[in-house]
Amino acid sequence: MSIEMRFRVDRGGFALDVDLTVPARGVTALFGRSGSGKTTLLRCVAGLERAAGGRLVVDGAVWQDARSFLPTHKRPLGYVFQEASLFPHLDAAANMRYGLRRTPEAERRVGWDEVVELLGIGHLLDRHPDALSGGERQRVALARALLTSPRLLLMDEPLSALDHARKQEILPYLERLHDELDIPVLYVSHSPDEVARLADHVVLMENGRVVASGGLSATLARLDLPLALSEDAGVVIEAVVGEHDAHYHLSRLDFPGGSVFVARRPEALGARLRFRVHARDVSLARERVEGTSITNLLPARVAEIADADTPAHVLVRLEAQGTAVLARITRRSLDQLQVTPGMQMWAQIKAVALLS
Amino acid sequence: MQLSAQDLTALWITFKLAAVSTAILIVICTPLAWWLAHTRWRGKTLIEAVVALPLVLPPTVLGFYLLLLLGPRGTVGRFFDEIGVGHLAFTFTGLVIGSMIYSLPFVVQPIQNAFAATGQRMMETAATLRASPLDCFLTVSLPLARRGFLTAAVLSFAHTLGEFGVIIMVGGNIPGRTQVASIAIFNHVEALDFAAAHALSAILVVLAFSMLIAVYAINRRFKVVGVAQ
Repeated sequence: MSIEMRFRVDRGGFALDVDLTVPARGVTALFGRSGSGKTTLLRCVAGLERAAGGRLVVDGAVWQDARSFLPTHKRPLGYVFQEASLFPHLDAAANMRYGLRRTPEAERRVGWDEVVELLGIGHLLDRHPDALSGGERQRVALARALLTSPRLLLMDEPLSALDHARKQEILPYLERLHDELDIPVLYVSHSPDEVARLADHVVLMENGRVVASGGLSATLARLDLPLALSEDAGVVIEAVVGEHDAHYHLSRLDFPGGSVFVARRPEALGARLRFRVHARDVSLARERVEGTSITNLLPARVAEIADADTPAHVLVRLEAQGTAVLARITRRSLDQLQVTPGMQMWAQIKAVALLS
Repeated sequence: MQLSAQDLTALWITFKLAAVSTAILIVICTPLAWWLAHTRWRGKTLIEAVVALPLVLPPTVLGFYLLLLLGPRGTVGRFFDEIGVGHLAFTFTGLVIGSMIYSLPFVVQPIQNAFAATGQRMMETAATLRASPLDCFLTVSLPLARRGFLTAAVLSFAHTLGEFGVIIMVGGNIPGRTQVASIAIFNHVEALDFAAAHALSAILVVLAFSMLIAVYAINRRFKVVGVAQ
């Protein structure tokens, strides 16, 4: 259950050199700045870019190696481009049928009604692409790709051409896709928010090379990656709604290693949620602090200390029974508290950002 | 306004010529235009210049060379003579060949532009939706280029209707066989038969005008509604 990719592309000023294996389940984010080779890698996987001598094995099936090259139309994949690429001469339904008709009946696993319902496009089916908004077009394009029952879904920054409101409109659909359909996704993005919200596995790319590849939480918590030096350094924690406090209008989110209280959530008890904790919102204390307005305290052990984005700060990685948290504190605090690896401390979480 | 039998024949030959050469041109030029729209070969400019040559050459020059080529002593003419068809000068087939060369740029260029405007992205999208290259050409490229084809067909047809120089060189002026409307008009004027010249001319004006109106109307409708699958 994995996707093996080995590609080498040399095009004058740009070289892609990738040898990578990622899980063939869930969402794998190819993350990096523009020009880092994410899109080229995706195009190689699709067969749109012909990387001579490349190798690609998806879930045991060889799509490309030294001797063979499956052309794009023979690869069971779905591709959602950056900008909607609906056929302008066909209405939404005909666009969606285009791929479906060309998929052998025996291979069809994704149903029409299921997709229409999942993406909420029932009322758009007889419209032509120029009568759809940007977000609606992307939803139809996604439906069209899904209807070919792909073994692998490739998405090239599908939200980047949309404004903030449209992004918010489409993200829940992508999350449902993740939860309800068992199709592995390679998702190209340069937005930390999208990655935090959607990805299970992260591949960090720079200058055509893979810098890091691993689970989302583990990768975000690594201090040796450029991620740690960004303003947004922090972790993503997956939690379950454990309790609703009707009196104070709070909800408790439980995760291995602790729990946090957040403003009352609409989700039912037991629902899964992701939230993000920025390193800048976490402070450290040696003892459990009494008399503070901060409600979210987490006992955790110091695992690692590294330089942060300014000389005045350091990043501390803490472990709380498998859940990692990053704290960005001043170098002075580090010395005054005599923080050293292995030490047991209290992480005070000032704010959490819910991702769904 | 009475048309003589000879004038009617000339009109009929004119339409037949326009229809036949347009039809063949569309078939031949589609792959050529496709290739020109997609190739990255450097010699492409040369081919494009050759295709555009009939736009700037005097029709008589084209006709002159064609006459040499298709006549009994020309390479092509001799070949057809030997296989028993007879040389092509002063025949309807000769007219068709002449018209095709004369109208070549009017067919290639709109189709080439239409293919180029469709862009690589649509083709790639179709490929990711399991369409083979041929399938993709037939179901995406052709429908999206339909306005280019329509423009090409109308321009070629209209252009052939008004052709004079090439035809008089290659086809001569044989009533009932190679005499087309434009040459018939010329003959009437030469003979000072202005009434007959008026009649034929008026017919050509009305036809050309209504064809163009139809095209513009169709173009507008296409833009709004699109074509069903």
